[in-house]
Amino acid sequence: MTDSNSEIQHEGLGHVVPVSTLLAVFAALIVLTYITVFVSTLDVGRWSLWVALAVATAKGSLVVLYFMHLRYDSPFNAFIFATALVFLGLFLGIVLLDSIEYQPDIEMFLRNQG
Amino acid sequence: MTAVDLSHDHGGEGHAPWLAHHFDTPQQQYASAKLGTWVFLLTEVLFFGGLFCAYAVYRHNHPEVFFDGHHFLSTPLGATNTVVLLFSSLTMAWGVRCAQLDQQRGLVTCLCLTLTAAAVFLGIKYIEYSQKWSHHMVPGQARIMAALGIESEHATDHVPGQPAPRGFRPYKEHLMEVLRHSDQERGVVIVSEKAYEAQLEKRIQNLGVFFGIYFSLTGLHAIHVICGMIAIGWLLRRALAGHFSSAYFNAVDCVGLYWHLVDLIWIYLFPLLYLIH
Repeated sequence: MTDSNSEIQHEGLGHVVPVSTLLAVFAALIVLTYITVFVSTLDVGRWSLWVALAVATAKGSLVVLYFMHLRYDSPFNAFIFATALVFLGLFLGIVLLDSIEYQPDIEMFLRNQG
Repeated sequence: MTAVDLSHDHGGEGHAPWLAHHFDTPQQQYASAKLGTWVFLLTEVLFFGGLFCAYAVYRHNHPEVFFDGHHFLSTPLGATNTVVLLFSSLTMAWGVRCAQLDQQRGLVTCLCLTLTAAAVFLGIKYIEYSQKWSHHMVPGQARIMAALGIESEHATDHVPGQPAPRGFRPYKEHLMEVLRHSDQERGVVIVSEKAYEAQLEKRIQNLGVFFGIYFSLTGLHAIHVICGMIAIGWLLRRALAGHFSSAYFNAVDCVGLYWHLVDLIWIYLFPLLYLIH
């Protein structure tokens, strides 16, 4: 398998992530996976969901910033991804607010039924 | 057109074969491909968002159902799959690096490793799914089995001459045992055995919600893994044919972005489904 285009000079397409960075990110991801499993065995009460989500977000950020090159990429691509997250947040937030708002009514209805 | 190889000219148009006619420079083609991929990933985030929303609403309103449900998922298997998928993300990112540096053998090796890790992930998923299937924990399983003509030894599923029942109809004995064990570990005091059994029956019926969400989320994710494997297989074929170089590796980069998103979704699915406390 020879590379027919190897004589072309570097166009500098994209940022080349050093192997050391890739391995460091992978090691951090494994450590964070261990932490999230370990924390789930502890009794931290209602914080467990938020700890799990915080660790997942830390892992996700590493993947997005380094494996997906977003840290070195065009800011417009980061803007698109941020847009996705903003709309996801709006979607989840408004639906949850609505659901919480009507929960007492549903409970009262069920009580009256029973 | 600056530094492109004119020896690969086709049709006398003066550019390399991998540069599409409607782009002026490789840089423009590369930036456009990445922009398009990120817009696609945006739709993917919102696609999964619907199911994450169902998860959020049901978990907020019925946390006890999710706590009961997570006892039926194996944390060691889920954690192993997380590590497998993180490893596949590493090899995919490394593969992009190899393509950027004209390392043809490195690229092929990385793609093979990524493909292998994806297959291992699906293998472990298959083990998990088949355990659920054997306990009839797939919502609507009785109807699926009836449609496929699979004989069931579960008496309540098979009344000859009658349509298969709808909904969540697992093997109650197995589920009761698991829930009872979990309650014992938490030191739940049972006052009346009869009332407790009635409560267990109700809790088992509610687990249908958890497993509906579990199979939708992990199933949609598994479909994405399969699509990713097809795309990586296609990259592997092109890499073996020597299509990629430091001047052109758009396909490797874009499939890589998709693959990392699949990993990103799993990073959230693992704690949300397996690690409920």
